[in-house]
Amino acid sequence: MSGNLNLTLKIWRQANRTSIGKFETYKVSNISTDASFLEMLDILNEELQRKNQEPVAFDHDCREGICGACGLVINGRPHGPIKGTTTCQLHMRHFKDGDTIVIEPWRAKAFPVIKDLIVDRSAFEKIQQAGGFVSINTGGVPDANAIPISKEIANIAMDAAACIGCGACVAACKNASAMLFVSAKVSHLAHLPQGKVERFERVEAMVKVMDELGFGSCTNTYACEAECPKEISVRHIAKMNREYFAAKLKARNKD
Amino acid sequence: MITLESKAPAGKLQDKWTTHKFNMKLVNPANKRKYDVIVVGTGLAGASASATLAELGYNVKTFCYQDSPRRAHSIAAQGGINAAKNYQNDGDSIFRLFYDTIKGGDYRAREANVYRLAEVANNIIDQCVAQGVPFAREYGGLLDNRSFGGAQVSRTFYARGQTGQQLLLGAYSALNRQIGLGKVKMFPRREMLDLVVVDGQARGIVVRNLITGEIEKYSAHAVVLATGGYGNVYFLSTNAMNSNATAVWRAHKKGALFANPCFTQIHPTCIPVHGEYQSKLTLMSESLRNDGRVWVPKKAGDKRPANQIPEAERDYFLERKYPSFGNLVPRDVASRNAKEQCDAGKGVGDTGLAVYLDFADAIKRLGRKAIDEKYGNLFQMYQMITNEDPYEVPMRIYPAIHYTMGGLWVDYNLMSSIPGLFVLGEANFSDHGANRLGASALMQGLADGYFVIPYTLGNYLASNKFSQVSSDHAAFSDVENGIRGFVERLLSVKGNKTVDEIHRELGKVMWSHVGMARNAEGLKTAITQIGKLREEFWSNVNVTGSAGDLNQTLERAGRVADYLELGELMARDALHRNESCGGHFREEYQTEENEAKRDDENFSYVAAWEFNRVGDWTLHKENLVFENVKPSQRSYK
Amino acid sequence: MGWVTRAISSSLGKKYIMALSGLFLVIYLVIHLFGNTFLYAGKDAFNLYVETLTESSLKPVIRVIEVVLLLGFLIHIYDGIRLTIGNWSARPNRYAVKPANPQSTAASRTMWLTASIVFFFLVVHLQQFWYTYHYGRIPGVTMYDIVVGTFRDPLYSLIYLISVLLLGFHLYHGFQSSFQSLGLNHPKYRSLIVIFGRIYAVVIAVGFASFPIYFYLMGGK
Repeated sequence: MSGNLNLTLKIWRQANRTSIGKFETYKVSNISTDASFLEMLDILNEELQRKNQEPVAFDHDCREGICGACGLVINGRPHGPIKGTTTCQLHMRHFKDGDTIVIEPWRAKAFPVIKDLIVDRSAFEKIQQAGGFVSINTGGVPDANAIPISKEIANIAMDAAACIGCGACVAACKNASAMLFVSAKVSHLAHLPQGKVERFERVEAMVKVMDELGFGSCTNTYACEAECPKEISVRHIAKMNREYFAAKLKARNKD
Repeated sequence: MITLESKAPAGKLQDKWTTHKFNMKLVNPANKRKYDVIVVGTGLAGASASATLAELGYNVKTFCYQDSPRRAHSIAAQGGINAAKNYQNDGDSIFRLFYDTIKGGDYRAREANVYRLAEVANNIIDQCVAQGVPFAREYGGLLDNRSFGGAQVSRTFYARGQTGQQLLLGAYSALNRQIGLGKVKMFPRREMLDLVVVDGQARGIVVRNLITGEIEKYSAHAVVLATGGYGNVYFLSTNAMNSNATAVWRAHKKGALFANPCFTQIHPTCIPVHGEYQSKLTLMSESLRNDGRVWVPKKAGDKRPANQIPEAERDYFLERKYPSFGNLVPRDVASRNAKEQCDAGKGVGDTGLAVYLDFADAIKRLGRKAIDEKYGNLFQMYQMITNEDPYEVPMRIYPAIHYTMGGLWVDYNLMSSIPGLFVLGEANFSDHGANRLGASALMQGLADGYFVIPYTLGNYLASNKFSQVSSDHAAFSDVENGIRGFVERLLSVKGNKTVDEIHRELGKVMWSHVGMARNAEGLKTAITQIGKLREEFWSNVNVTGSAGDLNQTLERAGRVADYLELGELMARDALHRNESCGGHFREEYQTEENEAKRDDENFSYVAAWEFNRVGDWTLHKENLVFENVKPSQRSYK
Repeated sequence: MGWVTRAISSSLGKKYIMALSGLFLVIYLVIHLFGNTFLYAGKDAFNLYVETLTESSLKPVIRVIEVVLLLGFLIHIYDGIRLTIGNWSARPNRYAVKPANPQSTAASRTMWLTASIVFFFLVVHLQQFWYTYHYGRIPGVTMYDIVVGTFRDPLYSLIYLISVLLLGFHLYHGFQSSFQSLGLNHPKYRSLIVIFGRIYAVVIAVGFASFPIYFYLMGGK
């Protein structure tokens, strides 16, 4: 079943944040169709090192599709051509011998390139730090079974919580919007009784920071949902829209 | 002279932690903000410790090499987390969880630590639910449990196949809250390269900024390491690509003892290696063994496809050798048997390094739909990686390095042999003995971070005097200079081999001789070969790029330099431990039925190694005393 | 009151305004199309309808509605421009390979483009009918005469035709999108909203397109 591929790679090279990047062309040969996409890049990098050239920098870690570190735009598609897959879980059997593959970093104002294919996703951190939590300290919490939660609600919350924070939604969106990422956390916590207590403060704080960071708005094209490796539904964006609307209309002591 | 005091409090097992908590000194709330604490690592242990310490009022500086704390490798744990809630009314109790953990660890763990772990496990579940962790639930809205890792009770809480992810995101959210409040200063993309010890106390760390390449110095009143295990010594493991041992290894070289380095865990149900270019191994939940049957062809070298091998010519070796446990024997037994079959030439697939895990019978018995409901996502993952449909052809599996029970030696307070240096989670050696049970790693990480370190660290700070030490102190510049020299040395070798080539070779040596089954001769060979590889590394490695830049090759080179020393210590520890126990199987020490044969008389101790110089260590022993359980021979016949 | 301005200046707030003004215009288009069908009832019927709106005691009410309508348009346009500029600046460096955009519709990706064309049409359209009727007509010429006269011009008819089809394209996405923006979407209702929105868009586009076709091609008199 396995075969070998010879490929032409056009890879974005950029020395650092401020320098101007460009595409470089590389050839790799004899790549097993059983290899993963990142293993193919490993092979290229070893060859570059043998030639005393600097290898291509890219983020990666767990290589099992859960840490969210990796993320490349492959021929115009975040995480490549296969649905519901991270770059590290993409295998070379989905390419053909002789293919030319264009590899770019995520592109968004809020995700500046650090080097080659590595981008700075700290904007996501700032959004989470603004409100992506339940304000409780360690200790003094009730028994885990004190509040029953319906299986259905727990499942919806889990669907949203499955987000790995890779940023493919931003990369895929024509507006570089972070709505799917932010809504996944808002929706996850807004569905659960534990998170409902501060739902309005949370959604307002997270949207405020999201807006300050230079992400675009949502045009509801749903490209994010299609490219999300965890297939997070845009229903969570609707939920966030609902939450924010309610937060703004709700009569409270502070607005 | 180092003396190993466990500091486990006296008294009844059930009262030890309570008594200890009362006896420990407290830091006045107003004084907490005067103390700085460094936490390295943001997995379950590091993130939970950072958040909890900050909530108490300490100033916390937290470091991770990833771009976000959320990416630490705890995220990849699939199965679940144990707690003795006894929600299922099936006879579970804190003592049973304690007992199972001690027994599972083959009686090489400290009783007091393990009991405390079992005791606080229930609080972990409460805490996580309160944070919004979406654990699986029953239709009535209460939490669901499943049985796991051969336990006889259902005590494992889970969130689909992503329990580690959800628990970590919970701890990460608590950490984020403290970052937002300004109580935690977060330093991502920093790699700890050394520990700074002043007047015998751990007082800071030196890190490399992975983006700019700058060497940065940070001081504190105490340092907490929660940097995970050292499975990547083997090159191929289920660890993340960048998981590494550098923080603990550099601390070890600064004086922290390294305990039981040879206790490594091999997980039986991983997807086999498919080629030389392979970068890591992928684990599949061992729940697969509940319905899959493990077999190989009876005839060595039989290369027919699985479906052409008739029933009579198949050897279901686990069912044959262990009639009562069958395919459900513990991880170490299953792994070792798979290796035996492959060594005998009966391995399947292109490489001959795999055995079949066959679901044909289960599909016939339960129907495809039932199998899909149970294992659908695992089957998908398998197919994505191997391009084979496990509904049609049997899965191929092979064991892989998964977890390291050994780690820096710590006392009951989780403090290493360097005062002020605390070690949590997989990075320490404390709770799993010679073998870890399924769904216990998550439990230990969170127990250490949420419920142990907040007490014991406070006690340390309240009981000690601290001189004024800032990162301008001479000790920091000494360490900094050492690091600069180290980095320069790596870059100046300019040899002919890539870092990965040498790492791969080290991995092969480790896997062949310090892997699933070890013997004195092989271990001696390994020690020699590792020494040679180390020499080759320092004379023939090629590290491209520069020090003052984002340089992933340089990062890896530093880690491999450490593996080349740690690997030798693992081999030395394995060689000295003339017994088989848990994950450490010495071929010379087995029962007539080829089972691990422990030697409680001579080896019922923790082997804690003191670093003198590379290749030279001094052994210290902490004797293990069992007052509440009686060590017995494990049998799964 | 500060909370209102703060609310509507957030990215989500802008989307609410976009959605609400859009839905307002969606309703207006139905009324407009309904009124125009009097064209098919003949000259007298249509003129009676126009005169009822413009000459009777209803006139002041209609004037108020016209102002409200104008505001609706202006808000929708202003908000759209703000959002589009923000969206463009969120990705200063484009991809080398054009994104594949699976799942997203062409209509959803070209809202600013269809909107711009429809806007220019709107100006021409208002000049042609509203302005001419109110301020530029020779006494005795009725609205019906203006309409028939205008649709005899092939160029204008063509522009009209293309514009209403693009309007339909805009609505094809806009209708269902407004529900998502307002948080009124849910997997349970999603396909219902989408299908209804698409039927609406087709009815509006085909309905308006029928007038130039009827009067120009079918020889309407």
